[in-house]
Amino acid sequence: MWKTIFLNAVKMLFLLLAVSFITFMLVELSPIDAVSAYIGENSATDAQREQIAEYWGLNQPPLTRYLKWISNLLHGDMGTSMIYRQPVIKVISEHFKLSFWLMLFSWILSGILGLLLGVTASVYRESVIDKIIKIYCLALESSPAFWIGMILLLIFSVRLQIFPMGLASPVGTAVTDATLGERVQHMILPVTALSLTGISKITLQTREKMNQVLESDYALFARTRGETIWQFVFRHGLRNILLPFITLQFGALSELFGGSVLAETVFTYPGLGNTTVQSALKGDIPLFLGIAVFSALFVFIGNLTANILYAVADPRIREGERNS
Amino acid sequence: MKKENIILEAKDISVRFRMYDRGLKKYQLEVIKNLNITLHEGEILAVVGASGSGKSVLAHGILGILPSNAELGGEILFEHQPLTKKLRKEKVGSEIIMIPQSVTYLDPLMKTGKQVQGIKGTKQQQEQAFERYGLKKSVSDMYPFQLSGGMARRALISTAVISNAKLILADEPTPGLSEEIALETMKHFRELADSGCSILMITHDIEIALKAADTIAVFYDGQTIDTCTSEQFRQGKDALHHPYTKALWSALPQNGFCVPENFLRKEYSE
Repeated sequence: MWKTIFLNAVKMLFLLLAVSFITFMLVELSPIDAVSAYIGENSATDAQREQIAEYWGLNQPPLTRYLKWISNLLHGDMGTSMIYRQPVIKVISEHFKLSFWLMLFSWILSGILGLLLGVTASVYRESVIDKIIKIYCLALESSPAFWIGMILLLIFSVRLQIFPMGLASPVGTAVTDATLGERVQHMILPVTALSLTGISKITLQTREKMNQVLESDYALFARTRGETIWQFVFRHGLRNILLPFITLQFGALSELFGGSVLAETVFTYPGLGNTTVQSALKGDIPLFLGIAVFSALFVFIGNLTANILYAVADPRIREGERNS
Repeated sequence: MKKENIILEAKDISVRFRMYDRGLKKYQLEVIKNLNITLHEGEILAVVGASGSGKSVLAHGILGILPSNAELGGEILFEHQPLTKKLRKEKVGSEIIMIPQSVTYLDPLMKTGKQVQGIKGTKQQQEQAFERYGLKKSVSDMYPFQLSGGMARRALISTAVISNAKLILADEPTPGLSEEIALETMKHFRELADSGCSILMITHDIEIALKAADTIAVFYDGQTIDTCTSEQFRQGKDALHHPYTKALWSALPQNGFCVPENFLRKEYSE
């Protein structure tokens, strides 16, 4: 057990190094010039530009800057965001707090609904219910999250005017001052957009896995012992699709992170996804790198959790580890 | 053996599968054509035939678990009543029980004890059944992958003992088992039959079947071509009538391992 955790920690370290290095080099190679991005629409003389470059350390070679950044990172300093003029850690944690609820709700919602729909479709296989669920999933699977976001905005904000157009709180109110009701109201559309697309993948995969389980020898035997199909699903079916479901659900974290970037942009929701876009467009290298490392960490922890949960869910893994 | 009480009667059973050929052309595959068996109370009937000849389909047909593209014809009577969907629902799982062939018929993620209990049995019944078959108490906390072949076999038989089964369908109960365990299984079947159960054993292993069975039904080319008592079979070739059955007898190792030249020809089936 401890050995596994140690090995995973080493793996994670290398992963983070690789992610940070690749991202750093990509930003370096991109046409974005950090100094111009920093100046924005203001004009600056060459001397001023040099001063800015020197102030931020942009005149040093890329490798030196990267190594310096890494050593600072090890001391817990992720640098200062150029656009927010605040420590990167603070920017990330502030915006992640907003994204966290968004992602958590859509993650749970798409997981539960996906499981429910998938199992139902499988139990009523080839029936009308199954076909409707399948069509729904295929349609959503092939439509991008941002497009669904815009459709939702058109219907619920523009036409029906039930939900606000965007942001995380009413205009002119800071998020921290907004009431819980207001915040929830602002979250409903982005959460819906994110989970709608997440559901379809989980539903289709769950349906497929459950079909396999229902065709198994032990399903046949359970039937000859008088179990109805729903009894079988609750006694044997769910525990047998649990493992692939865990893989899928935690694997979806990375897609969720990607999806939130798009959804937050559409809904101008000031979460981490939106911040990512801003940092990239404005050449805010420290912030962008910080977010890249943070998201890698986020996804890695998700997968690690799934690995640990396997042992909880599957006696074959659990007992196997105990015996070795 | 009480010959008078008929438990199961299958008349002119046929099973067809609707299949699709290339180009969505439908055709029907007839796995069982003309099958007749009669099973009395306390009798063990062994349906013997080559592997892959559709013997398992017979058991699935009786239990009503054929795949949806299969069509079951003929008449099955359980205790003189036609085995309809409604009657099956009532009897299958309680009075009609299947003993599956291998451990893959157990849910890999559920502890054996709980699984043997099923939805109808109690913990007490399961413990009694385990005791009867010499399984330790700790076995009930084991998962199917932790069972040895013999343990799995005994656990599977325990599922039949838990219900008050009148009819047990045993689908290939012996392959993959050592001779010792196979013989032990036969002993258990004999005990069950002597206590009033009727057992339909589907097997390709005549030698093992002869140890316990009262009657042997020879299954060939989708039909039962001969039915004889195991006593006749033991007496030797001269006591048997049908040429295929005679050929089967000669093919047994102790009878010379002799396979007649025309063994695989269809002419044995009328």
